[in-house]
Amino acid sequence: MKLSVWTYEGPPHVGAIRVATGMEKVHLVLHAPQGDTYADLLFTMIERRNHRPPVTYTTFQARDLGSDTASLFKKACIEAYERFKPELLLVGASCTAELIQDDPGGLAETLGLPVPVVALELPSYQRKENFGADETFFQIVKTLSRPLERTSEITCNLIGPTALGFRHRDDVLEMTKLLNSMGITVNVCAPYGATPKDIELISQAHFNVLMYPETGEMACRYLERTYSQPFTKTVPIGVGAISDFVKEVSEIVEINTSDANTYSQLPWYSASVDSTYLTSKRVFIFGDGTHAMTAARIARDEIGFEVVGLGCFNREMARPMRKFAATFGLDALVSDDYLEVEKHIQAIAPELILGTQMERHIGKRLGIPCAVISAPVHVQDFPARYSPQMGPEGANVIFDTWVHPLVMGLEEHLLTMFREDFEFHDEAGPSHHAAHSPEKKNQPQVDEADEVSSENKIIWLTDAEKELKKIPFFVRGKARKNTEKYAENNGFSEISIETLYEAKAHYAR
Amino acid sequence: MSSDQSLTGCLDAPVLKERGQHEVFCGLTSIIWLHRKMQDAFFLVVGSRTCAHLLQSAAGVMVFAEPRFGTAILEETDLAGMADAQQELERTVEELLSRRTDIRRLFLVGSCPSEVIKLDLATAAEKLSEQYFPKVNVINYSGSGIETTFTQGEDACLEAVIRGLETSNEQQLVILGALPDIVHDQMLRLLEQLGLTNVFVLPQVRVEDEVSVGSNTHFICAQPFLGASFEEMVRRGAKPIYAPFPFGASGTTAWLKAICDIFRVSKETFEAVTDAPRRRAEIAIEKVSKILTDRSVFFFPDSQLEIPLARFLNQECGMKLIEVGSPYIHKQLVGPDLQLLPEGITISEGQDVDKQLDRVFDRMPDLVVCGLGLANPLEAKGLTTKWAIELVFSPIHFYEQAADLASLFARPINRSEKLKIGKVA
Repeated sequence: MKLSVWTYEGPPHVGAIRVATGMEKVHLVLHAPQGDTYADLLFTMIERRNHRPPVTYTTFQARDLGSDTASLFKKACIEAYERFKPELLLVGASCTAELIQDDPGGLAETLGLPVPVVALELPSYQRKENFGADETFFQIVKTLSRPLERTSEITCNLIGPTALGFRHRDDVLEMTKLLNSMGITVNVCAPYGATPKDIELISQAHFNVLMYPETGEMACRYLERTYSQPFTKTVPIGVGAISDFVKEVSEIVEINTSDANTYSQLPWYSASVDSTYLTSKRVFIFGDGTHAMTAARIARDEIGFEVVGLGCFNREMARPMRKFAATFGLDALVSDDYLEVEKHIQAIAPELILGTQMERHIGKRLGIPCAVISAPVHVQDFPARYSPQMGPEGANVIFDTWVHPLVMGLEEHLLTMFREDFEFHDEAGPSHHAAHSPEKKNQPQVDEADEVSSENKIIWLTDAEKELKKIPFFVRGKARKNTEKYAENNGFSEISIETLYEAKAHYAR
Repeated sequence: MSSDQSLTGCLDAPVLKERGQHEVFCGLTSIIWLHRKMQDAFFLVVGSRTCAHLLQSAAGVMVFAEPRFGTAILEETDLAGMADAQQELERTVEELLSRRTDIRRLFLVGSCPSEVIKLDLATAAEKLSEQYFPKVNVINYSGSGIETTFTQGEDACLEAVIRGLETSNEQQLVILGALPDIVHDQMLRLLEQLGLTNVFVLPQVRVEDEVSVGSNTHFICAQPFLGASFEEMVRRGAKPIYAPFPFGASGTTAWLKAICDIFRVSKETFEAVTDAPRRRAEIAIEKVSKILTDRSVFFFPDSQLEIPLARFLNQECGMKLIEVGSPYIHKQLVGPDLQLLPEGITISEGQDVDKQLDRVFDRMPDLVVCGLGLANPLEAKGLTTKWAIELVFSPIHFYEQAADLASLFARPINRSEKLKIGKVA
């Protein structure tokens, strides 16, 4: 039993629904109690889908348990087929139905439906949403794909995008543009937008672009094994990754890539004078493995941030994440415990968080700016405008998104000059975020630094405390902490202005 | 502004009972407002990852850094042996209570998986209550989807609370149902002006707000979904007061009148207290509801508020009712409202969502009141919708909110008329 407040991922059947909803002419019959239909609103409200997810829930109740939930399931299957006429039927069970062991796959088989039926095994008490999507798509590919000749022109498949994915809609378009500029056309994009008939044609592409390892890796490995179809390992988020991706593709299909349109504004924006204020800002990065790792590379190599913490919530990515974090000299934080992540952030007091909607809340509470880089998704993660993460436009979007929460260039200097000004004080926050300013004063309890000092029992003398207040708020937490650490290491029980500046000199970078 | 109606209205009208796919929330969802209402309570769902995911998705409530609800997620190892699960639960509760020392009431909330594996939460609650006495009172109820629909979660919670109340023979009035603070205060103010003393509300905001029950207790529901709590109160000897629910001007007047009749409040006092706010409400409703008059409305089953709200829309806003669906119809509670519904409409109980959608497309109502899963798909097909869940969260009861209630329904229609750009999704 595990106590959970917020979860980063839903149960595996939600992953199956993401695949079914992303595809067309597919229907999922889910053996599930009343109430599990809440999953529909994820798609209709958060993603603003204009149709119901193609899912029939058996919605059994307590009174059905004693009698015959199996016939209820069969009836639901037959009616769903009759009403929706899908080309492929998926059947599965949610957590409660898994316990009553009705065997949806076996039951569906006895119905002799005239379309292929894929029975999903979704172990609700062991695995989670991403696994559910990965497994469902893999089973669909395994069932429907067949050996075909390669197409005469160079083609690839885009693998991994689903419904309710973080910017999947726009990434698909951006990747298609990038590949087209290299003279490569997209054979099938799946699950997003694919029909079962499209999946039948999947093996005729020359290679697969694995866009999201979280939801497409099992299928890519199967296609490689079965049809010798190679797949790309670089996820082209960020300028460096785009260039590596282009190189990787050129090696797979042996093409000249000089025409590839990889131009992004990010390098110049990072190099322009205004961006020196970004240099060495301390960032904490957390999300799904893929987005967190690509973000870390951009943060360090393309903006010049200092990555002070890195991690992911999906255990499937633990190994590559740990290896990757080590190259930053960091121990990766692999955890799906929201409170643990919060504690971690509090301890390292970063100046910027690149995280999920969960970390955005943590940031709000701690007064640390945050930009969202990964699922779990929120209605805000489906903007009306085109805003991919992948490809050259993705790099542009990322630069803007990450910089937006920060106090900008000259404004930061002005704050330092006028930090005690009655109107232009730093607690007002970035001037382009009017909404942020009133919150601060009402939440003195979240000043974690105060707690730290009371624990350590080091006394701040009044003058030193005053001097500390003159340091801009976005580095104040760090300054307080460093000073206390310095005092502790040197056996001081009091902190004076002198101690404050000695510590500053000691930690100067 | 009333429609044709006979004396019995829809009280004895046939009910279309359906048993297909139910597109509704489970009872766990009510934790989202219950934990705000009961300020020293923690709701620990014993369930699966699905339960946890529902709670954070249902109302987009990821706003409380550490909310007073959580899920003890069952894992593979818990399903292996029952003794194990009990111990695990005790360990989890200990972990929770050591971190949250402000908790005085802990609700162990059963879920679909915990009910199916027959995890004995009642015994666990009893044992834990002894262990943490007197600091924390541990209570259990089930909010599982196999037993409860959406607001029935509050009903089950309240029923468990009532079961634990002390007995007393005090003359008193108890009001059942969690209400938004502003409404709660307005209600108490009205009752005080009417000269009523000894008025208590369940659920209590804090455990110190002691409420007792006995044969001299009269009670009335402020929410229509409290069937089990109603029965538990009756079992405890309390006497029910029947009335239409306090929505709109005439609903509020009838509800207050029913109380005043029991407590023998004079006609003069009643009129002196209610005349002004009633008239104010009527005028305000009239302004807002012009756009609703003669438009048709279709209710999908959601919260059991449907029948009283349909009464309000029909009687006080002049809307035409096509179908009024409710997940469950407790005739004793909604009888007075049913009686005021016009004949010839469809009253449905339970659901077969695909068939119900067929009926919607067949009739193309001017407004569809439905859950979040259906709203955008219906909008995309050219219908105008009102999210039902907002009706559960918003202050809509009593005189001063009557126009707000009407405007919740008017706004979507208003928007449809304002937008000149079509809607292609």
